[in-house]
Amino acid sequence: MNYMRLALSMFSIFLVAACSNSLGSDVNEFNGQSDLANISTGSVSDVTSPAHFQQVLGDRVFFAVDDSSLSIDAQAILDDQANWLLENVNYDAVIEGHADERGTREYNLALGARRANTVREYLISRGILETRLETISYGKERPIEICSNESCYALNRRVVTVLTSGVSG
Amino acid sequence: MRVSFFFAIATLLPLQLINVSAALAQSSPLRIEITQGVIEPLPFAIPNFIAENTVSNEYPQNISRVIANDLTGTGLFREIPETAFISQVRDFSASVQFADWKAINAQALITGTVAISGDNLVVQFRLFDVFANSELGQGLQFTGPISTWRRMAHKVADSVYSRITGEGGYFDSRIVFVSETGAKGQRQKRLAIMDYDGENVSYLTDAETLVLVPRFSPDGDRILYTSYATGNPRIHELYLNSSQSRVLEQSTGTMSFSPRFAPDGQTVIYSLEQGGNTDIYSLNLDNGEVRRLTSGPSIDTAPSFSPDGSRIVFESDRSGGQQLYVMSVTGEQVQRISFGEGRYGTPVWSPRGDLIAFSKQNRGRFHIGVMRVDGSEERLLTASFLDESPTWAPNGRVIMFARETRGELGRFSLYTVDISGRNLKQVLTPAGASDPSWSALQK
Repeated sequence: MNYMRLALSMFSIFLVAACSNSLGSDVNEFNGQSDLANISTGSVSDVTSPAHFQQVLGDRVFFAVDDSSLSIDAQAILDDQANWLLENVNYDAVIEGHADERGTREYNLALGARRANTVREYLISRGILETRLETISYGKERPIEICSNESCYALNRRVVTVLTSGVSG
Repeated sequence: MRVSFFFAIATLLPLQLINVSAALAQSSPLRIEITQGVIEPLPFAIPNFIAENTVSNEYPQNISRVIANDLTGTGLFREIPETAFISQVRDFSASVQFADWKAINAQALITGTVAISGDNLVVQFRLFDVFANSELGQGLQFTGPISTWRRMAHKVADSVYSRITGEGGYFDSRIVFVSETGAKGQRQKRLAIMDYDGENVSYLTDAETLVLVPRFSPDGDRILYTSYATGNPRIHELYLNSSQSRVLEQSTGTMSFSPRFAPDGQTVIYSLEQGGNTDIYSLNLDNGEVRRLTSGPSIDTAPSFSPDGSRIVFESDRSGGQQLYVMSVTGEQVQRISFGEGRYGTPVWSPRGDLIAFSKQNRGRFHIGVMRVDGSEERLLTASFLDESPTWAPNGRVIMFARETRGELGRFSLYTVDISGRNLKQVLTPAGASDPSWSALQK
């Protein structure tokens, strides 16, 4: 659980940094190469913008080693995500599941899927329509942090809710 | 670059110059028992094969080098350098001066010729047991297109290895693997294929699409792999002669991965994920029939058939962490076989049927190991930051696997190791390499 707290505190630092310099919408560095959908992200100060979803609410939750259960902190983030999705029906989401590099390739693919599905089920339980939420697993194929220490592993064991243009959007 | 089709199998013509009965009557001391773990490699001499008719000298020299490298690469043989030779071999059919080879302690002597015949090379060789003053087995002749000279050399080496160890060879075989380029966070992956020794690399897919874990068919004519080409990971089948591939599973809301052929080449076992739960299924390629083999909320993946096709070994976290299980082909009689400390994954049944190779994660390290089919006699062969994806040599005596180094510049490479744990060696590849699959011996 120390790792989880560490991950979350690092995440918070990122948030502060992202917020303090972000009247623009340059979120690429923050999100990494595979997590951005092809939509304009808008301004973080606009509460209906994807930038707000990504940087203020938080588009990702983190997991303990070989675990797919949601921490209290993760549930709080997902509650915010769910409320946002209920308000902003022009967006759907692809839920990406990831694992750290400390596992075999096949198992990590399955683990990423299990994590993504846990998040999907949670969002559905908060009222989001099933049809708005797809999942995909990248296993250990798309680390966002590349050091070989727990500080990076904790940030790679993640599920990212990637917004996509909804049917009506 | 398909060799399998135009290499009209070496006309295996025994040469007519050998007294067969005399060779057979000799009970030869020239023998390596691999199972005992070889401490002292067997010394051999291979004078450059003799160039006949108009053949360019490079072929006999290169063929002799490939044969020598195959044999020394096993760790079971040691080459005596040419500088130590007392006599030369200038006439392939003349009798061997055994005393000259005994004097330099060459226990085995390999002689040969290379000739050109139209568009083909003709390679002949003979193997001698120097201290028994006799030939070991019959001389053989291989004929094939000039471009296949490496294959002919590997076939000679396979014959030599087989005669001396009593085991099947593994040099005339291929590896399909994932070639990796780009930084760790942005890896680009392509399916690639090469000879077992890292030569003749060619690529089967481009770098646009993420691909994972290819597997050879029993005949070496097809590859199963997992691709993100259609969005979610899906199992695909690729035909090597046409480079055409097709997706094998595309039901909505699922991911399929970790496919492997049954020994019949017509059944595929794989993992299917649905709603976060991963189970093992089989697919009949003839009639499209799908059968579910495991159920329950655990991750069941990495299935591998026994060589007789009657059983399947796989990994599951149904008991908490990843462990190995064996079940019948119908998914019944499930038995856990791994009980040690740590997590066990990617089990692969040996082509001999006697052992299961696996990767193991324990106390922050990864290992490649083997155990008997009932889970007994577990032995770890390697240890590093990350070792995974074991695959068996055709003779079940050597395992190839992928090793990744630690850190931001971490990179995957391929290695081989004997099942005795000896002779750990890197297989050199042009770029990073992971997920190897070793073919059967080519025909």
